[in-house]
Amino acid sequence: MSSSPSDQLASAPTIDRVLFGDNQFFGVNHMSEEKARAQAMRFGDLSAIVEVIDAAYEEGLRTLMCTTHDRIGELCEHIRAQPSRYEGFRFYPGMPYAHKYANAATEDGVVGAIRRFLPSDGLFDAAMRGGRSLATKDIDGVTTLLIDAEMKMFEGLPTPVVFLQNVVVDLLLGLGFTSAFRTFSDHVRARYGAEPGFITMNLPALLVELEKAGIENPIVCANVNKIGFRMCGGAGEYDRVLRSHECRAIAMSVYASGAIPAAEAIEWVCGMPNVESILFGASSRSNIRSTMELVGRYWDVNGATSAA
Amino acid sequence: MIKVGLVGLGKMGLSHYAIFNAHPDVEVVGLCDSSGFLLDILHKYTGVATFSRADELIDSAKPESLVISTPTGSHAVLVRDALSRNIDVFCEKPLTLTAEESAELSDLASERGLVTQVGYHNRFLATFGEVKRLLDAGAIGTVTHAMAEAYGPVVLKPAGSTWRKDRNQGGGALYDYAAHAINLLTWYMGEPGRVAGTSLGQVFSRQTEDQVASTLFFESGATAQLSVNWSDESARKMSTRVTIWGTNGRLYVDRQECHAYLRNPVAGLDEYQPGWNVRYTTDLTPPVWYYLRGEEYSSQVDGFVKAVMSRDTSGPNSFGAAVSTDRVIAMMSADARGERVAAAPERVRRRRRWVLRARSFQGRALRPTSPSRSLGQ
Repeated sequence: MSSSPSDQLASAPTIDRVLFGDNQFFGVNHMSEEKARAQAMRFGDLSAIVEVIDAAYEEGLRTLMCTTHDRIGELCEHIRAQPSRYEGFRFYPGMPYAHKYANAATEDGVVGAIRRFLPSDGLFDAAMRGGRSLATKDIDGVTTLLIDAEMKMFEGLPTPVVFLQNVVVDLLLGLGFTSAFRTFSDHVRARYGAEPGFITMNLPALLVELEKAGIENPIVCANVNKIGFRMCGGAGEYDRVLRSHECRAIAMSVYASGAIPAAEAIEWVCGMPNVESILFGASSRSNIRSTMELVGRYWDVNGATSAA
Repeated sequence: MIKVGLVGLGKMGLSHYAIFNAHPDVEVVGLCDSSGFLLDILHKYTGVATFSRADELIDSAKPESLVISTPTGSHAVLVRDALSRNIDVFCEKPLTLTAEESAELSDLASERGLVTQVGYHNRFLATFGEVKRLLDAGAIGTVTHAMAEAYGPVVLKPAGSTWRKDRNQGGGALYDYAAHAINLLTWYMGEPGRVAGTSLGQVFSRQTEDQVASTLFFESGATAQLSVNWSDESARKMSTRVTIWGTNGRLYVDRQECHAYLRNPVAGLDEYQPGWNVRYTTDLTPPVWYYLRGEEYSSQVDGFVKAVMSRDTSGPNSFGAAVSTDRVIAMMSADARGERVAAAPERVRRRRRWVLRARSFQGRALRPTSPSRSLGQ
């Protein structure tokens, strides 16, 4: 399998054993609309988010895996302003913030939605690159412009891994448009010195395609939970591909939105092959602490996974 | 393995393309869209055959099934053409702009023994399906009233000029959002005999409505209220929910949860106790082979593929079921204009026509002249 120069230059980052997520801040809950709304109300104000981030930091968490929601932009500003307060804190951005595009596509059509989010802030070369890209159907140029637009809010902050969100990953996977994985990968490596990551609900199928696209030992993030919730192919197939494919897996939705008792959920996930990290979200210090303690029974939570 | 062609590559069309393409029993043989830009990109990067006209796609790629996700105004022509060439059809909702045309297409499909399905995906959501099961089992006794709601952030400003904002093309909250809620109500309660108090209100749009309110009256004596607003920014994405009251309790359902309050135990529903019962999507949802935006989108495609392969024309979302939804939409449109519209069953329709004729002979006004568009005018 061939590697581009950027493959060889990028050094594999270490990934914390436990990563903090941001779904809870934006009214995302896979089990209850009511709970989701209550969370959206509680976190309507940045200070409520900062309070939880501070608690997470104090409990030893150092990585926030997040969307590119406007509110995260505000959080970035807050953290950028106090570098010493948040020493060692890093972001794993996941893009794009899909609802923004989905709602725009409903209003303006697919192409209109893409146009809407291309930079319009006077970056002449960017505009030219976008214009030419749209005219020549060179999707790579458009893709890189959209990535740059989404990355803007993280300027000056460490972003060692940049993720493509599951709606886009899984859409591209279904379309068979898998060369885009390579475009994304090359761009985040070259432009941001970051490792690409891929969030998916279809891990078995994705690993095969990433391998074909020449993305070696990819960082992937997928639901891994005892009841097989949103694990396409089933828990057995996940176990098999995690053993047979080289990858660095981050498990999310480990509690299946609360459907699995916490201790049982963590014990099961920590026993899965090749799962290096657990991503979870919580709204209170006590929940953060309890997850850290549970994972600590099986893993060294203060250590990072070894670089690949 | 079935050969599938897709016409229309907007948000739904692209999503259908990905899901059909990922299905192990499907070969996507061609795509058609009015945007040459999108077609060129898909052809360039995935190698799929592309066509700017649906008839070219059918002639050249010879699909056995056609997936139609174009603006609603173009459905009737495309569907009729496909059916007349003996092609099975999956069509996005609503089926057409008029109930008569939908019924005609449904009849045509039946005559030819073709498999049809309309994209009312909520019927493939585990929670909504569970409520159907509960109602069929008589969980809440005799149904007396329901409330169906759909809210979401589609039109949040006056600008914009896509087909979704043009009623003549099938745009608007009635066709786009309310159709889903109506489709659930007709699944749960049958087709209403009449509707009243329909208001198609505008919040930001000029050419169509952004909110819908109506009351549905069923022959059983039950009623249902419909409340829809697609200019609701507080909803992160479309949120559809139904509450149903009956003599033995109450049901509430959205895409994630199903709440059942039962007064007395019900035979055959041993897992439901008197008092509150809560079921979550995490427990109810069966796994799918490929996930994109929600299990229901994959399940409905899988349901269609399996129906095509087994020649099963009795699916829950066939054209026949969609006709009921379109008839209710037509009733609501007429009611909002101040017209009285006949109920669906022929005998009711005949009776009403006779009554109306008799009244007109008496010189009574048949058309109140105050349409209920109220906001934004």
